[in-house]
Amino acid sequence: MAPFGARRRILDDDHPMTAETISMSRPPAARRPLFRRRSALPGFGLTLGVTLTILSLIVLIPLSAIAIKASSLSPAQFVAAAFSERAIAAYRLSFGAAFVAAVINGVFGVLTTWALVRYDFPGKSVVNALVDLPFALPTAVAGIALATLYSPNGWVGQYLTPLGIKAAYNPVGVTIALTFIGLPFVVRTLEPVMRDLSADVEEAAASLGAGRIDTILRVILPALGPAWLTGFALAFARGVGEYGSVIFIAGNMPYKSEIAPLLIIIQLEQFEYANAAAIALVMLGVSFLMLLIINAVQAWSRRFS
Amino acid sequence: MTISIRSVEKKFGRYPALNQVDLEIADGELVALLGPSGSGKTTLLRTIAGLEFPDEGQVLFENEDVTFASAAARRVGFVFQQYALFKHMTVAKNIAFGLDVRKGKDKPNKAEIARRVDELLKLVELDGLGKRYPSQLSGGQRQRVALSRALAVQPSVLLLDEPFGALDATVRKSLRKELRRVHDATGVTTIFVTHDQEEALELADRVAILNAGRIEQIGTPDEVHDHPATPFVCGFVGEANRFEGVVSGQRFTAGPVVLAAPNAPDGEAVAFVRPHDLVLDAAGFPARVERVVIQGPLANIDASLPDGRRIDISVARDEAVQFTGEIRLSARRTHVFGV
Repeated sequence: MAPFGARRRILDDDHPMTAETISMSRPPAARRPLFRRRSALPGFGLTLGVTLTILSLIVLIPLSAIAIKASSLSPAQFVAAAFSERAIAAYRLSFGAAFVAAVINGVFGVLTTWALVRYDFPGKSVVNALVDLPFALPTAVAGIALATLYSPNGWVGQYLTPLGIKAAYNPVGVTIALTFIGLPFVVRTLEPVMRDLSADVEEAAASLGAGRIDTILRVILPALGPAWLTGFALAFARGVGEYGSVIFIAGNMPYKSEIAPLLIIIQLEQFEYANAAAIALVMLGVSFLMLLIINAVQAWSRRFS
Repeated sequence: MTISIRSVEKKFGRYPALNQVDLEIADGELVALLGPSGSGKTTLLRTIAGLEFPDEGQVLFENEDVTFASAAARRVGFVFQQYALFKHMTVAKNIAFGLDVRKGKDKPNKAEIARRVDELLKLVELDGLGKRYPSQLSGGQRQRVALSRALAVQPSVLLLDEPFGALDATVRKSLRKELRRVHDATGVTTIFVTHDQEEALELADRVAILNAGRIEQIGTPDEVHDHPATPFVCGFVGEANRFEGVVSGQRFTAGPVVLAAPNAPDGEAVAFVRPHDLVLDAAGFPARVERVVIQGPLANIDASLPDGRRIDISVARDEAVQFTGEIRLSARRTHVFGV
């Protein structure tokens, strides 16, 4: 049998011997690593090993425990628990509000980043720190504060009520809370990319006759696309899983303003562990699918780099 | 398009980048702005482009004052050192950009744009690469794309900021020829910035040499090389041995070095002698050969003077054999400037 590699050598029709001669005169190759290319960078084994261990302990095993727990239900029981009317309303709210919040953050995150990266203004470092606050603040504190502000007689809510807008204890409130916690994801993802956009490119657009709007729409925003999608995905994923800040402002009425994570808690409190796992499994599946789709879109939007 | 720069001044903070700069550029000319970094050459180019605006003075295109007109209004084509291509657009889209952003009846239809793009791709010898993204091209190819993108809008003037600075030596040489060819084919007035004197002398019709925000000399490559107007030009353009000494009675003396200095006024002076202007002469000043380096058809000789200073001599390779041990030299031509 020919040694591995010989088959891949392209045989020249005119000189069928050449390839053979070369392969014959080769000294025997040194042992080749089994599944990776030789690299000068040390630490591959160690880092990959640690990564896999941590991922298994922290992510994979707990997640598979959900699947195992849920599998203790019969298919009929599973469907009854995971796709009850109440559960479906909760999924719709969780994913829908997270999506809307991520879109809002996608728009305002770009503007915030633009202001932070491109201009110098008094108090810039304060604004910069404020953006990170949702990362650091205990989510329950944020939830209580938002609920107080936006409740019908709160500071902001009292002005919204006469306009017929109810901004707390309903899906709008949920969206407000998710917008709050999602903002830094978009800003911090976009920031380095926007900083790296060279002034050259904008000047080139200007010298070619593009106005400011054209330059922004055709040159700057498309260049931010992949980073924007990453920020959007992070904000969205965070929103889907958010619990602490939402429950204070949501009102938590079944079928109306009850988020899926809360429904899981409720099931747990009733010792319906398998039912909780079933709902969790659906969320897990949907989240994974959506992140996968976003990643695919991202890969497509990076086709030029 | 003729371009006039009149008494242009520009300060960045307290640092003067351009200091009373005057420059006239004729229609269809290819002019190089040559100078060391910080000499103001890029600022001058950007002022012509409308990417910087002067504090004082005027910029005129064809006798029309455009000092404060935007880059877009001036219809300049600008090529950046780092290409500045739109990474998310294909090569064809990049080239078409200037036409695509036009509004209303100025905007050519799709077929016309496509035809123009093809034409430009052919001009810079990139046919067939229209569907690639800039990241799939080599540096030289990217700069060709940048060049054709700038040419697509049929600019009144083509401005290039160190266009070959980021490329390796062989690509640089071929692109230089390419730029000359494109310039001759389109006839567009072209100004480029460089710190590479070889590039400036080889490519340009006229060279403007800048130093510390001023134009030291402007002239044809031969003029600036053979008849430098200032000590700076003499030292910057071409190789030169520099001596500080005294002129008295049409003779320049610096230690052991004695050079003929016809028409130079008496007093302290600096003298420059090009390495290829030094010749063997029994009546000349003494020197000792330290090292001979053959570079293609030339021999570069490293010699020392009795006072320890080094001088460079450059001769045809065949003559190198005569340069051994103690020699005596004189200069065929000397540039002497009073100080």
